[in-house]
Amino acid sequence: MGKLFAVVLVVIALASAYPIATRMYVMPEDISTHGHAIDDQLSDTMKEAGFSFLGAQLVLAFFVFKFAQRKEGAKLTHLPGGAKLVVTVAFIIVGAEVFALGVLGQKAWANVYFTPPRPDALQIQAQAGQFAFYFRYAGVDGKFGAIHPDKIDEGNQNFFGLDPANDIESRDDIVSGELAIPVNREIHLLMHAKDVGHSFYVRELRIQQDFVPGLDLSVHFTATKIGRYEIVCTQLCGLGHYNMKAYLNVMAQDDFEKWMKQKASEL
Amino acid sequence: MSSTIYQPVRTPPPALRGSPLPAARVAKVLSGAEGASQSGIWVGIFAITMSFAALTSALFVRQGSGADWTHIALPSVLYANTLALLLSSATLQMARRAITAVPPVEPRAVPVGLGWLMATLGLGSVFVAGQFEAWRQLAAQGLYLATNPNSSFYYVLTAMHGLHVLAGIVALALVIGRIAASRATSRKSTFEATATYWHFMGILWIYLLLVLRTKL
Amino acid sequence: MEETSAQQAHVHAPPEGFLRKYVFSLDHKVIGKQYYALGLLAVCMGMVLSWLMRFHLVWPTTRIPGLELLSKAGAPGGIITPEYYLSLLTMHGTLMVFFVLTNAPFAAFGNYFLPIQIGAEDMAFPRFNMMSFWTTLVAFLVLILAFVIPDGPPISGWTSYAPLSAVGKDAGPGMGWGMNLWAISIAIFCIGSLLGALNFIATTLDLRAKGMTLMRMPICTWAWFITSCIALLAFAVLLPACILLILDRMAGTSFFIPSGLVISDRLQPHSGGSPLLWQHLFWFFGHPEVYIAILPSMGIVSHILINSMRKPLLSARVIIYSMMSIGFLSWMVWGHHMFVSGMNPFSSLLFSFPTLTITIPATIMTLIWLGSLYGANIRINSASLFALGFISMFVSGGVSGFFLAQPSIDIVLHATYFVVGHFHMVMGVASIFGVFAGTYFWFGKMTGRMMNETLGQLHFWLTFIGTYCIFMPFHYLGLVGNIRRYSAFVNDFTGPLMPLHKFITIAALGTGAAQLIFIFNLIYSRYKGAPAPENPWSGTTLEWSIPSPPPWNNFGGKHPIVYHDPYQYDVKGSKGDYIMQDSPEPSAG
Repeated sequence: MGKLFAVVLVVIALASAYPIATRMYVMPEDISTHGHAIDDQLSDTMKEAGFSFLGAQLVLAFFVFKFAQRKEGAKLTHLPGGAKLVVTVAFIIVGAEVFALGVLGQKAWANVYFTPPRPDALQIQAQAGQFAFYFRYAGVDGKFGAIHPDKIDEGNQNFFGLDPANDIESRDDIVSGELAIPVNREIHLLMHAKDVGHSFYVRELRIQQDFVPGLDLSVHFTATKIGRYEIVCTQLCGLGHYNMKAYLNVMAQDDFEKWMKQKASEL
Repeated sequence: MSSTIYQPVRTPPPALRGSPLPAARVAKVLSGAEGASQSGIWVGIFAITMSFAALTSALFVRQGSGADWTHIALPSVLYANTLALLLSSATLQMARRAITAVPPVEPRAVPVGLGWLMATLGLGSVFVAGQFEAWRQLAAQGLYLATNPNSSFYYVLTAMHGLHVLAGIVALALVIGRIAASRATSRKSTFEATATYWHFMGILWIYLLLVLRTKL
Repeated sequence: MEETSAQQAHVHAPPEGFLRKYVFSLDHKVIGKQYYALGLLAVCMGMVLSWLMRFHLVWPTTRIPGLELLSKAGAPGGIITPEYYLSLLTMHGTLMVFFVLTNAPFAAFGNYFLPIQIGAEDMAFPRFNMMSFWTTLVAFLVLILAFVIPDGPPISGWTSYAPLSAVGKDAGPGMGWGMNLWAISIAIFCIGSLLGALNFIATTLDLRAKGMTLMRMPICTWAWFITSCIALLAFAVLLPACILLILDRMAGTSFFIPSGLVISDRLQPHSGGSPLLWQHLFWFFGHPEVYIAILPSMGIVSHILINSMRKPLLSARVIIYSMMSIGFLSWMVWGHHMFVSGMNPFSSLLFSFPTLTITIPATIMTLIWLGSLYGANIRINSASLFALGFISMFVSGGVSGFFLAQPSIDIVLHATYFVVGHFHMVMGVASIFGVFAGTYFWFGKMTGRMMNETLGQLHFWLTFIGTYCIFMPFHYLGLVGNIRRYSAFVNDFTGPLMPLHKFITIAALGTGAAQLIFIFNLIYSRYKGAPAPENPWSGTTLEWSIPSPPPWNNFGGKHPIVYHDPYQYDVKGSKGDYIMQDSPEPSAG
C-alpha cells in the first residue's frame, strides 16, 4: 500500500503539472503596456511553484516508497542534518523567493497603481450597476455632468441620473453600453458604483479593479491592439452577476473619432 | 534526536484530603480550579478588549469615510454614572478585603463583607439605570440610534458595555447569594473572578468615556 | 499518585440519567462527539449543496427531480435559478467554513482529546463547555432556517460584502430575512466559539497533570491551544462586525452603506458608511479563521505520523514554534483578500510581505514532515494514509497561495477559479484529511470499537484521487480567467472550458458518493467493529493509557504523572519500541 501511494502520487503530480507545462490553459494575449511585467511575474512564479510542487510531491512519494512498511525491526535512521538543516534550507530558499518575488516584483504592481495617469489621458467614466456596465464620455466641453441618483431612470435610458435641463455640462455627455477607446492612447477610467460592489476585469488588459460604492476609484491603462475584448464583473453583485458584462472596443484613432461623432449626433 | 529529560520520580506529598491546609499551601495548589477561574476571566477580558478594539477601529474608519461626522453633546448624567461605577469598584475592594480576612475553611455565621458586596451591586445597578437615563436624554435631543454616525456609535458602545455590566451584576448577585448561604469557602475562585471582571468593567468604561468625549 | 483538593473541587459528579449523559452533558467527551456529529451533518449538507451547484453549472437545463420541493421559487420544475445557485453557494461556504472546519478538527477532536492528553479529568469550565456546544447548535438551526423561509437563503456569499448584504431586501432574493438569519446565526456562532476557546485556553494553562510541562504536551494539543488563542481574538472581532451589519439592516444605521445608492429603483436611505470597513473587519477575522481551520489538522497529522513512523519528528519544537509563528503572522495579512478592493495600493504591498513570509513556517513544517519520513518504518493504515495525503494536499494548496500573495499576480487571478482551487485544496481537502485521519486513528478510543480497515483504505484511495481530480483543474480554469461565483458560464472564453467543467462535476459526484463508504464505516463500526484495545496503535500519549472508551472522569479518579516528552519512540533499551508518557521507565539519556 505504501508503494502504491508513492506510485499514485507520482502519477497525480505529473498529471497535474502536464497541463501547465504544455501551456494548455493560459491567459489570452496581453494587449496592454503594463501587462508584460505581470505576465513575467506570473511565469517566474509558475516556475518556482512548479519546482516546489514537483519537488515536494516527488520527495514525499520517494520517501514513502522507500520507508513504508519495511520489515519488522528494521533499523530507523535520521535525516543527516536534522531539523537544523531543514530550517536553514527553508529560510534560505523561501527567503530568497520572498525577496525575489516580493521585492523585485513590486514593479509590476507599481506600474499599475503608483504611476499617475498622464495629464492628456482620455477620461471615461464607467458605472457599474445591477447588472450592466455603462460608460460616459465628457463630450466637447471636456466636463462630466453631475450624477443625480434620484434622477436615474433606466426606462428612459438615463443610466447615470443626468440632468441636462439644469446641468450644462451633461448636455454633451455621451453614454454608451460598450467601452470604445482609441488604440495606443492612455485611458483614465473613472469608476462609479451605482448600487453595490462590482468589479471591472478585462483579461487581455491585465486590469482588475473593484467598484466600491461611495469611493472615487480609477484605473488607467493603454491598449495596444485593436479588437473587441470582454469586460466581466468579478465582484458578487446579485443574481445577474454571471451575466454582467460589456465589451471593450479598441479602435484605430480615426475610427474612434468617427464613433464619437456618430454618438454625439444621436444626442 | 529530540532531547529527552528524565525526571526521577519524586515521592508524592502526603494526601491533602481531610487535613486543614495552612494558607500558604492553599496558594500552592491553586493551579487547578482556582487557577482556572482566574485564567478564564483574564482570557474573557482579553476577548472583550478585542471586541471593543474592533469597534474603536470601526469608529475611526467610519469617521473618515463619510462627510457626516457631526459632534454630539454627551448627556450630563454620564459623569454621575461614571462616579457610581468607580465607587462600586471601591466598595468591591472593601468587600474583597473583608472576605479574604476570613479563614477559608470555616463557615461563619454572619457573612462578612456582604454589606460591601450589596453596595457594589447597588452602585452597579445605579450605573445601568443611569445609562438608560443617558439614552433618554439623548433621545430628548432627537439623537437616536440611526440619526447620525456619532449617535450610532454612542448607542452601540454604551449598549455593549452596559450588557457586559449587566452580566457582571448577575454574577455579583450569584456570589452574594452563595455568601449569604455561607458557601463562600468552596467558591472563592468565582468571587475573585467576578471581582476582576467588575474592575475591568470600570477600566473599560473610563476608556470608552475618553473615546466618547474625544471622538463623538 | 496525588490528589489535590483543588482538582477535586471543579469536577462534576458522575452523570445520571439519559439527558445528563447524552444530551445536556458536561462531559467534554460527549460534547466532543456532539460537535463531531454536528460537523458531520453540516458537511453532508454542504456536500449536497456542492453537488447541486456543480450539476447546475454543466447541465443547467436538466431537471433535478424533487428539488422543487426544497424551494418552489428557487428551483421551479427542478431547475435551479441564478439566484438560488447563489443561495446554495452562500450556504455551502457558510456551513463548510463555520460548521465543519471550525467544528470538526478543533471543537470536536479538541474537546475530546485535549483534557485527556494533558491528564485532566475534564475541561476547566464544563458548564461553559456544554453551553458552547448548544449555542453552536442554535446557530446552526438559525442558519438552516433560511432554507425553509419563503424568501430563501441569502445570495451574498459566505463573505457577505456590504452594501449588498447590508441594504436589505432591495438587494435581491434572499436578502431580506434570509440575510438576517445569516447574520444572527453567525453572531450566535461567535459566542459559542468564544466560550469554547476560553475553555481550551484555561484548561491548557491550568489543568495539566503533574509533570506535564507545556513542552511535554503532544503536538495536536499545542495545535488546539494555539488555535483557541487565535479563535478567541478572531471571533471577538467578527461578533461586533455582525452586530453592526444587523444594525445597518434592521435599525437604519449606516456603518457600511454610503449615500446615493439606487437599488431596485429605490434610493437607499443611508449615507456615509464604508463598504471597505466591512471587508476589513470581516477579513481581520477571516484570515485567522482559515488558520483555525488548518492548524488543528496539522497537529493531528503530526501526531498520527509520528505514531505511524515509529520515530519522533526531526524536531517537535520546530513544528510547535512554526505553528506559533503562523498564528502570529495570521493577524497581519488580512489585506491580501483586498488587493484590488480599492484600498490604498500601498497597503496592498504592505500586506503582501507578511503573506509571503508565512511561506517560511509553512515550508519548515512541510520539510520537517518530509525529512522525518526519511529512515522511518511507516506503518500504513487508513489513518496514516490520510496523514500522508494531508502533506500532499497541503503542498498543492499552499503552492497556489504563493501566486495569490503577490498583488500584481492577484490582478489577474483574483475572483477566478484559481482562488477557489487554492482554498479548497487547503481547507476543503487538507483540513478534512486531518479530520479523516483523526477519525480513523481515534474512533477506537472514542467508541470502544475499531473502524474497518479495508473500507477505510478504499475510502482513502477514492477520496485522494477524487479530490485531486476535482480541485487541481480549478487552477487551470483560473489561469484562463474563469470567474467564480457565476451561476452559469456565458462568456466568450468559457465555452471551450466546459469539457473540463464536466470532468470536475463527474469527479465531484463520484468523490461525494465515495464518502458514503466513510459514513457507512462510521455507523457499522460503531456497533459491529472489532473491540478496541486500550492502545491499538502502540501510542505514547496519555489517551492511550486509559480504557477505550474512557470512563466519565477519564483517568478513573487517578491523576497521571508525566515523566517524558510525548513522542518517545525508537528508544534504545526500552521494552517495546516506545515509552508512554506516564511510564516511570527511564528514556535514553
